[in-house]
Amino acid sequence: MKEIKVLGTGCAKCTKTVDVIAKIANELNIAVHVIKETDLKVIMGYGVMTTPAVIIDEVNVHSGSIPSRQDIEVWLQK
Amino acid sequence: MFELFTHFSTWLVVDILGISKATKLGDALHFFIEDTTKIFFLLLAMIYVIALIRASMNVERVRDYLAGKHKGVGYLLGSSFGAITPFCSCSSIPVFLGFTSAGIPVGITMSFLITSPLINEVAVLLLLSLLGWKFTLLYVIVGMSVGILGGAFLDVIKAERWLQSFAAKALARGKNSNATIQSTSVTTLSLKERHTFAKAEMLEIFGRVWKWVIIGVGLGSALHGFVPDGWIQAHLGNGQWWSVPAAVLLGIPLYSNATGVIPVMESLIKQGLPVGTTLAFCMSTVAASFPEFILLKQVMQWRLLAVLFALLLTAFTVMGWIFNYLTPFI
Repeated sequence: MKEIKVLGTGCAKCTKTVDVIAKIANELNIAVHVIKETDLKVIMGYGVMTTPAVIIDEVNVHSGSIPSRQDIEVWLQK
Repeated sequence: MFELFTHFSTWLVVDILGISKATKLGDALHFFIEDTTKIFFLLLAMIYVIALIRASMNVERVRDYLAGKHKGVGYLLGSSFGAITPFCSCSSIPVFLGFTSAGIPVGITMSFLITSPLINEVAVLLLLSLLGWKFTLLYVIVGMSVGILGGAFLDVIKAERWLQSFAAKALARGKNSNATIQSTSVTTLSLKERHTFAKAEMLEIFGRVWKWVIIGVGLGSALHGFVPDGWIQAHLGNGQWWSVPAAVLLGIPLYSNATGVIPVMESLIKQGLPVGTTLAFCMSTVAASFPEFILLKQVMQWRLLAVLFALLLTAFTVMGWIFNYLTPFI
């Protein structure tokens, strides 16, 4: 199962990012494990400066905004 | 070209609603409609154009650029980038840590973070259209000076002593290993990608600020329509020395972003409040807010937070006095 981490310090956009990914994964019937990561030390460890950021299998694929539907579908189907 | 909005408002208030502009309500309503339509139009048009130009600008590039810069120019650059780089205030903490782990001194990082909420393209555009270029220039100079001097001061007092320990360690690591900064790949964007970015940016910023415009213009109209003409002029018009620190203190519990406060500034200045006092009040409203400070607690100890808060309040007060003093000469 894909492990997806959403990094963010708890702003509204971060929560929304988690919801959107979970929703699209559900629609596509892809099993994912979405984790919301709010620990600053962890966020810093990924070298991320703008949140929300998306980490898939330990790779930073996106940061700074709520990702678009197209992007999320591409990540999930990879 | 902005007369269009005046005519539109007159048409709506006088012809359609049948309220005379001579009444208090009519006057305030006219002001409100004229300003909101004008500001909304400007925002949509200009955010799009600006976003198109700066689509490839981001905090990662600023960090790579600032890392290793000499301190003297560092504050100026930090503050300038703070003015032009877009980022959501909810990213302040990750940006702080990102800069810090790249070994950038706390003062330069803070020059960036202090200037950022004060000056941005939306604020500058609104100022230009509502208050003219002279005032806009003053506003930008004051905002950047506060950022630059504030940052330099924090380094002079060795503010890094009062970071939370993990942030201090990250700073020390970053200073020792300059090689670790992997420069982000510079991508060139096609016009289509720029358009996509600009459109998203326009909707995003507009979605965030429209309510502030309504609140700001609403307060401005209320001041315009209901505070008796000459009252502010008579009581505060001479720039009495105490009025500046009073304005700064009054601005602390009030929290707004620059978009909301600028229409209020317009109204206050037209009512005869001196420029320095107005600037002090508005900067305090925008930059010194408790919610933001509580967020900074995650990376700073109370002591540093207190110093920073006192620093900002002092800076706004001093700037206010200077501008009140200088106004007759400009």
